[in-house]
Amino acid sequence: MILGLISWARKRSPWIAHFCTGSCNACDIEILACLTPRYDIERFGAIVRGSIRHADILLVTGPVTRQVRDRLLRIYEQMPEPKYVVAVGTCAISGGVYRNSYNIYPGVDSVIPVTAYISGCPVKPENIINGLSFLLKKIGESE
Amino acid sequence: MATFDIPIGPQHPALPEPLLLKLEVEGETVVGVDFDVSYMHRGIEKLLETKTYFQGLPLVERICGICNAAHGLCYTLNVEKLYDKEIPPRAQYLRLIVEELSRIHSHLLWLGVAAFEIGFNTMFMYTWRDREYVMDMLEAITGNRVTTEYSQIGGVRRDISPELADKLLKTMNVVEERTKYYIKVALTEPTIAKRTQGVGYLSPEDAKSTCSVGPIIRASGIKFDIRADDPYAAHEEVPFNVITYDSCDVFGRVVVRAQELLECVNMIRYALKNLPSGPFRIKLPMKPNAGEALTRVEAPRGELLHYTLCEGTPKPYRYKVRTPTLANLGALRAMLTSKGRYVVNIGDVPIIYGSIDPCICCTARVQFIDIKKDKTWTWTLDEIRNRSRRMRV
Repeated sequence: MILGLISWARKRSPWIAHFCTGSCNACDIEILACLTPRYDIERFGAIVRGSIRHADILLVTGPVTRQVRDRLLRIYEQMPEPKYVVAVGTCAISGGVYRNSYNIYPGVDSVIPVTAYISGCPVKPENIINGLSFLLKKIGESE
Repeated sequence: MATFDIPIGPQHPALPEPLLLKLEVEGETVVGVDFDVSYMHRGIEKLLETKTYFQGLPLVERICGICNAAHGLCYTLNVEKLYDKEIPPRAQYLRLIVEELSRIHSHLLWLGVAAFEIGFNTMFMYTWRDREYVMDMLEAITGNRVTTEYSQIGGVRRDISPELADKLLKTMNVVEERTKYYIKVALTEPTIAKRTQGVGYLSPEDAKSTCSVGPIIRASGIKFDIRADDPYAAHEEVPFNVITYDSCDVFGRVVVRAQELLECVNMIRYALKNLPSGPFRIKLPMKPNAGEALTRVEAPRGELLHYTLCEGTPKPYRYKVRTPTLANLGALRAMLTSKGRYVVNIGDVPIIYGSIDPCICCTARVQFIDIKKDKTWTWTLDEIRNRSRRMRV
């Protein structure tokens, strides 16, 4: 019963942490736009937290640069279980326009495991909401 | 009193992007600061050398997602200098309209983020709600919300229909009305005054000696605006005022950006009213003439500089970008260092840092560090050239 309660709470208050691993800022401002009155993801109980230790979902934007890779791994280790990572934007999925650059890893999943992918360059806020609701459904099914 | 080093970042609640601020503090007073902006280095300049000038545009637009209209415009103006062709005046006016729209979106975004930094969340929600009107117009004109790629080599991608122009004028009325409200709030609201007046002081001498650009130097009372000093894309014909304010602090930067919004609205109205007829794009050959070109554009954050060296091939031999945030880092160091009667409290660091409208994405630079010998160095242009030749062969 307690497990059911935890799962219910997790599904209704997914707290989000956002980490930029070398994106061009376009996806970042679209994530921020999701919090504001027109898109308002707070109706799903989601808030963006500064600290990764409070978060259930990690949104990663941008291709992973060599310099930021160690930080990303450290942040991933600090995250409490269960860990849900969402790759936001084309660069986070495959490297996007920066692919073939000497300083990036092609995609977040070459560094840490990823649960969901949201495509677009930059992603649209509607798309982020779609991805988030998909992830919430998945969380509900798995527990 | 002993000093302590406090590292802030790269992942920190007060910072939206990876940046390492090394603060040297005495009690609560900041006495020194050092930055590390290398976390976002993606090797864009090197990547541009592997693409033709026409293929390079999508990459250039993604140097920075917020001032992408300025980056795209600067790139196209720069490459067009290599061709000896006249660009149609209608294209120049359309470029100006989209550039100013993106300036409105960037300044509204900054007003919201700055309000968020000082704990004024209501203003954050208000400005971001009004920003959506501008985003809708950008989407209607260019086809995408943020990364627009409107300016192309030889003109612009689409024309504006008369119905769309009407819609844009109506949106401008809404934006003007809301901007007047924000200016009133910024000038009268005690929360903003208490958190920003006297904070982040940058004297006009420091602003000049650190080569700061954009709203930072204009808030220190110096008239410096590339749109007026070195006009490009129809800025010669469209009248506007260069806004300055002489309080030299964060409050001045809020007022300058808010009043610039009104200027942008007036410029868009004038440009729509006097839009020349004719073609909006001409076709240019793949290969530009050999030579060098340098262009400056006033991005929302300040002076943006693009340089290219072409050998008469479709691909650039060298492409160089100097972004406004890099130019403002020197000013940031002056603002974050206590001097005489000017004291920087550690609690004010986020808003002072936020006041330069930082965009680390476009700023990242490469630096070499030898951990064993504790030595850091950078490359000169000749060394980069030699290395790029080696990589090419």
